[in-house]
Amino acid sequence: MSGQADLAPAQSASTSRSRATRSAFARFGPPMLVVVLTIALWELVIQILDVPSYIWSSPTQIVETIQERFPDLMGHAAVTLTETLVGFGFAVFFGLAFGLLLHFSVMARRSLYPILIASQSIPTVVLAPVFVLVLGFGLWPKVSVVALFCFFPIVVGTIDGLTSVDREYIRMMLTLDASRMGIFRRVEFPSALPQIFTGMRVGATYAAIGAVFGEWAGSQSGLGWQMLQAKGRLDTALVFADIVFITVMALSLFGIVSLVERLTIPWARKGGVT
Amino acid sequence: MTPEAVTSTAAIELRGIRHRFGEVAALADVTFTINRHERLGIVGPSGCGKSTLLSAIAGLIQPDEGTVEIDEATTPGERLRRCALMPQRDLLLPWRTAIDNAAIALQNRGMKRSEAREQARPLFERFGLAEFEERTPDELSGGMRQRVAFLRTLMAQKDILLLDEPFAALDSITRSGMQEWLLSALEQEPRTALLVTHDVDEALLLTHRVIVMSARPGRIVRTLETDLARDRPRREIVTSPEFTALKETALESLEL
Ligand SMILES: Nc1ncnc2c1ncn2[C@@H]1O[C@H](COP(=O)(O)OP(=O)(O)O)[C@@H](O)[C@H]1O
Ligand SMILES: [Mg+2]
Repeated sequence: MSGQADLAPAQSASTSRSRATRSAFARFGPPMLVVVLTIALWELVIQILDVPSYIWSSPTQIVETIQERFPDLMGHAAVTLTETLVGFGFAVFFGLAFGLLLHFSVMARRSLYPILIASQSIPTVVLAPVFVLVLGFGLWPKVSVVALFCFFPIVVGTIDGLTSVDREYIRMMLTLDASRMGIFRRVEFPSALPQIFTGMRVGATYAAIGAVFGEWAGSQSGLGWQMLQAKGRLDTALVFADIVFITVMALSLFGIVSLVERLTIPWARKGGVT
Repeated sequence: MTPEAVTSTAAIELRGIRHRFGEVAALADVTFTINRHERLGIVGPSGCGKSTLLSAIAGLIQPDEGTVEIDEATTPGERLRRCALMPQRDLLLPWRTAIDNAAIALQNRGMKRSEAREQARPLFERFGLAEFEERTPDELSGGMRQRVAFLRTLMAQKDILLLDEPFAALDSITRSGMQEWLLSALEQEPRTALLVTHDVDEALLLTHRVIVMSARPGRIVRTLETDLARDRPRREIVTSPEFTALKETALESLEL
């Protein structure tokens, strides 16, 4: 009295290591090659045309500058990194909190969601000088710009994730005695996580840029501030060095969020609940 | 009426159920009763309101007209507490292992996870799922996922199981294995069960009584008593003259 025919698992869990390495190479190899070739070409063009270094620096000049000014660059990077991380942290916290508020309160959703969407047409960048006027030249105006930059994608990810849950799961949970909170904890929130992480990844790419904008609006340190100084002195190589640092920072934050995502929701890559 | 109707009380009583979704009339005047621990099959063309009917019984929707009574309970909330629904798609949560999926109703009621798992474990052994407890849904075959989904429904410890085309997504070989499995599971854990299906054979094989519904808006066009001797191999049942005659009548009612 038992259909044993289908007891075998749907798929074998083992994947060979060499295949994994090969697929990683297939994925990352081509873009890496493009990057390397671009840098080589850039170096070559600058050398051949003998472009003055204050107009455009070559990769080797940028690397030299980074080596010479390393402690200095790191000091400013620490400032910008702090602004970025604190701002991003605030955005994650308030983005999630706001998303949950809109999810749980019909009144909040009706009254605030349209405003939230409309507020997106305000370019956040232009608010940076206002923050400087109100909050001074320290950490907080930059944190505010970063947080504002990252807030929206996280809120939208949270709300979209929570509302796009398949109704059938909720109906099933209702017949399994789930309370509103039980449905939220066991179905809605986990199934919203992929979209929440997508929002956080988008936010992570904006965060460092937000900090730089904040510094441009008024500051006494940070990579953005250093960049303005270098520009004034026609120190183009240092400007590029700052750009390299900012890029590495943005990519790292993106990478960390992606890593946390992989570890938190391994099931999402196998197809979620929608 | 079924033979046991005389002795047992009605578990579910539907009177004059009508329901519309905007312009669409889904159900038109459905009336029937189900006895305790009876298995009732519902067949009908797709879109005729079978799922709507189950939702109405479960208390997920309140029909526009008519009453649903389950052991004297009539409000949607009370009905919800007495029914467990198993949908066509297994709807297992991918972030939970098989056993955590099966035990979710217990956690919903506030039981600690470890305790809920302990209560689910014996069922896994009894129903041929031992050693698959810690698999995630994507590591299970379609048939096994459906078994876990059924255990989850059982674990809700409700008197009434509403099975909405539970095997429709399975291939026919897996499906016939699952039908036998379900039959033995329900014999071990008797419940009042409504089985919606579009497979006439499945309805006749698994239930005591089959209701045939018309195309939308759904009405009951025929009720068939399926008092088949079931202590024979499936092959013998489906080739027996009684079975063929019942199937003939059902298909005729479905205008197939
Ligand atoms: N939530 C809904 N909103 C609008 N129309 C619906 C809804 N649910 C079902 N219907 C319609 O009601 C009819 C009956 O649906 P359903 O009960 O799902 O049929 P069945 O389960 O028999 O296939 C269908 O025509 C369907 O399109
Ligand atoms: Mg249906």
